[in-house]
Amino acid sequence: MNSNMVIADRLQFAFTVMFHYLFPIVTMGLGFFIAWLSTAHLITGDEGYARAAHFWGKVFAINFAVGVVTGIPLEFQFGTNWSQFSSFAGGIFGQTLPLEGTYAFFLESGFLGLFLFGEGRVPKVIHWLGGIGVAFGSLLSGYFITAANAWMQHPVGYARDAQGNIHLTSFWQVMFNPYVGWQYAHVINGALLTGAFLLAALGAFYLLQGEHQEFARRSLALGVLAGLVLALLQLFPTGDGVGRNVVKYQPAKLAAMEGQFRTEPGAPLAIIGMPDTQQGALLDPLYVPDALSFLAYGRFGARVTGLNDIAPDLRPPVEVTYYAYHIMAGLGTIFIALMLLGALLWWRRRLFTSRWYLWIMMLAFPFPFIANEAGWVVAEVGRQPWIAYGLLRTSGGISPTVAAGETIFTLLGFMGIYLLLALLWLLLVGRVVMQGPEEGSAA
Amino acid sequence: MIIHALWFGLLGVMLAVYAVLDGYDLGAGAAHLWLARSDAERRIVLNSIGPVWNGNEVWLLAAGGMMVVSFPRLYAAAFSGFYLALVLVLWLLILRGVSIEFRSKIAHELWRALWDAGFCIGSLLLALLLGVALGNVLRGLPIGPQGVFQGTFAIMLNPYALLTGVLSVAVLAWHGMNFLRGKTEGVLHERALRWSSRLWWAALLLALGTTAATFTLRAGIGFNFARAPWALALPALSLFGFAWSQTGSGDAGDRRAFAGSTVAIIGLLGSAAATVYPALLPSTLSPAYSLTIDNAASSPHAMITAFIANLVGMVVVAGYSLYLHRLFRGKTRLGRHAY
Repeated sequence: MNSNMVIADRLQFAFTVMFHYLFPIVTMGLGFFIAWLSTAHLITGDEGYARAAHFWGKVFAINFAVGVVTGIPLEFQFGTNWSQFSSFAGGIFGQTLPLEGTYAFFLESGFLGLFLFGEGRVPKVIHWLGGIGVAFGSLLSGYFITAANAWMQHPVGYARDAQGNIHLTSFWQVMFNPYVGWQYAHVINGALLTGAFLLAALGAFYLLQGEHQEFARRSLALGVLAGLVLALLQLFPTGDGVGRNVVKYQPAKLAAMEGQFRTEPGAPLAIIGMPDTQQGALLDPLYVPDALSFLAYGRFGARVTGLNDIAPDLRPPVEVTYYAYHIMAGLGTIFIALMLLGALLWWRRRLFTSRWYLWIMMLAFPFPFIANEAGWVVAEVGRQPWIAYGLLRTSGGISPTVAAGETIFTLLGFMGIYLLLALLWLLLVGRVVMQGPEEGSAA
Repeated sequence: MIIHALWFGLLGVMLAVYAVLDGYDLGAGAAHLWLARSDAERRIVLNSIGPVWNGNEVWLLAAGGMMVVSFPRLYAAAFSGFYLALVLVLWLLILRGVSIEFRSKIAHELWRALWDAGFCIGSLLLALLLGVALGNVLRGLPIGPQGVFQGTFAIMLNPYALLTGVLSVAVLAWHGMNFLRGKTEGVLHERALRWSSRLWWAALLLALGTTAATFTLRAGIGFNFARAPWALALPALSLFGFAWSQTGSGDAGDRRAFAGSTVAIIGLLGSAAATVYPALLPSTLSPAYSLTIDNAASSPHAMITAFIANLVGMVVVAGYSLYLHRLFRGKTRLGRHAY
C-alpha cells in the first residue's frame, strides 16, 4: 500500500513540476532578452527595439500567467502530498521557500503590471526599470527555488537532536549551500539559451515567410550570437561545475548518469550505449578511454566509484538517470554546433539567406526545452532513493493520510486541466506570432 | 515563547492583507456578471484589477511559504488533511487566473462569455471556500493525535462553515463593489453604488448572525476577550468599518466606502484570530490534540531567522505595492494595452 502511495505522489509531483517548468524557462529566458531590448531602446532611441521588447512582452505575459497558476500547486504539494517531509525539514528547507514570495515574486508580478500597463503613465526610465524589475525578479525567483532544491541534493546548516529531529543551525549555509552556485548558474544559463533559441526560431520563421524583415534579422542575429556564448557557457564552466559537485557529493548519481557499473581506475566516458541493469553492463558502448576519470577528478588514472560498490537499496533508477543525462549532454553538444554554424554564416554575411539553416533553426526551438527538462530528471531521479540526500528517504516523506487513489484522482484532474492550458497557450502564442511585431494593440 | 506569538501575528497580518487585497478582486470577479453587462463594461472591471491582481494573490503564496518554515506541523497536518478541498482551491485558482489573462486575447463573443463565466465562478467559489476554511478553524475539526485529521471532506461542509462561507462571499463582494466605485464612472458607477449598499446590508446582517452562531457553538469563545479586554477593540473596529463606509458622498464617499470595508475585514479577521489564539487548528476531539503555536512550531533559531528575513522583505513589498496601487489609482480607462 505504502509503495503505491509513494509512486502516486512522485508521479503527481513529476508531472506537475515538469509541466510547470516549461513556462519559467521561457519567462527567465525571455525576461533577460526583454530587458536587453528595452535597454537598447533607452540608449539608442530606436523604436524597433521598443516594438521588439513589447512583442516579446506579450509572449512573456501569456507564459507568465500559465507559469503562475501551475506554480502554486507545487508549493501546496509539499503540504498535501509530502507532509512528513515538510514536518521534518520545514524549519530548514522552508527557509528559502517563502523568500521566493517575499523577495522575488512580488517584484516580478508587480513590475510586470508596470511594464505592460504603465507605458505612457510613467516616465520612460521608470517603464524601463519595470522591464528590468521583471527580469531581475524572475532570475531571483529561480535562485530561491534552486537553493531549496540544492538543500534536498546536499542538506546543510542543520543539527540532529536525540529524538532524530533536525534543527536549523545556519541560515546562511542554507542560502549559500556549496551545491547551489553551479546548479543555479547552469539552470539560468539553460533558460537563457532557450530564450536565444526562441528569438532565433521566430526570426527564422519570419525570414522564411518573407515578413517583418527587420525585426526578423535582429531577432535571428541576437539569438544566434547570444546563443553561441550561452551554449558554450552551458558546457563550461557551468555544466562542468555541476558535474564536479555531483562527483563530490553524490557518487551514486554519477555512476548512474554515466552507466558506470564497476569501480575502476581510468574510467572511460560512454558517449552512447544502453545500460543493462540485469547484466550490470553497458551494451554496445562507444567509449572515450579514461575520459570520465579526467572529467571527474582531473587525472586520467583516477578511480571512479561504480554501482557495484553502492548498496542496491541506495542506487537510483539507472536507466532513467542515464538516458536523461545522455539526452541532455547530447543536445547540448548539438546546440553548440548549431550556434557555431550560425555565427559562421553571420560572419560570412549569409545568415539571413541560407534557407536550409533558417529551416533548422525554426524547427530547433523545442529541443532546448527537452534538454532543460532532462537535466532536472537527472538531478531529481538521480537523487533517489532520497528526498533529502542521506537524511530522509522519499518513501518517508509522503503524507500518510492521503491514499494513492486520491492522488491518482487529482493527478488525472491536473492532466486534463494542463492539457487544456497547453492548447490555450499554443492558440494564444500562435496568434501573437501571426499578428507579428508591427501590430500595436493587444486587445 | 514570544517568537511563536510573533509568528502568529505575522501570519495573521499576511492573511489579513491578503483578504483585503485579493478580497477586492475576488469580490469584483464574483459580482461582475451582474454589475457589468456589456463587453466594454466588463473590460473596465477587468482593467481595474488587471495590473494588481497577480501581486495581490502572491500574499497567499507567501503566507503559505511562511507557514512551512514557522509552523511546519500545521502546514503538514492541514494541507494533507484537507487534501481534496485544497486541490479544489488550486483548480479554482487556475481557472480564475487564466480567465482573467486569456479573456481579452481574442475578440469573439463566445470566447469572452466563456472566460467571464470562469472569472465569476472561480472568484465566487474561492471566496466561499476561503470562508468555509475559516469557519472550520473557528469551529474546530476532528483532529486526532499527531495532528491527523480524522474526518472527511463532507464534514467540512457543515452548516456553520457554510454560513461563514456565505459571509465571506458577501463581505468580499461588498468590498469589491467599493473598490469598483472608485474605479468606474457613469452608469457602471451608479450600479456599483447600488450593489454596494445592498451588499452592505447583507454583509452586516451575516456578520452579526455569524457572531451569534459562534457564541452558541463554541463554549469559551469569550475566554480570550475576558482575559485581554483590549482585544474587544477588534470586533469594535469591524463595526466602526461598517459604519464609516456609509459616511461621505461623491468621490469622498467612494473612498470612505473602500476604507470602511477594509477596516471591517481587518476587524473581522482579527476577531477570529483573537478567538482561536493560541490554537492554530483547534481539535473537537480533545483540546490536547489541537495544533497550537507551541506544538506546531519549528525550532526557535529557524523561526527567528525566517521572521527577520521575511519581515524585511514584506516591508519592501508593502512599499512598492503602495507605489503600484498609487500609480494605477483613479478611474479606469481603456487604453492601447488594456485587457
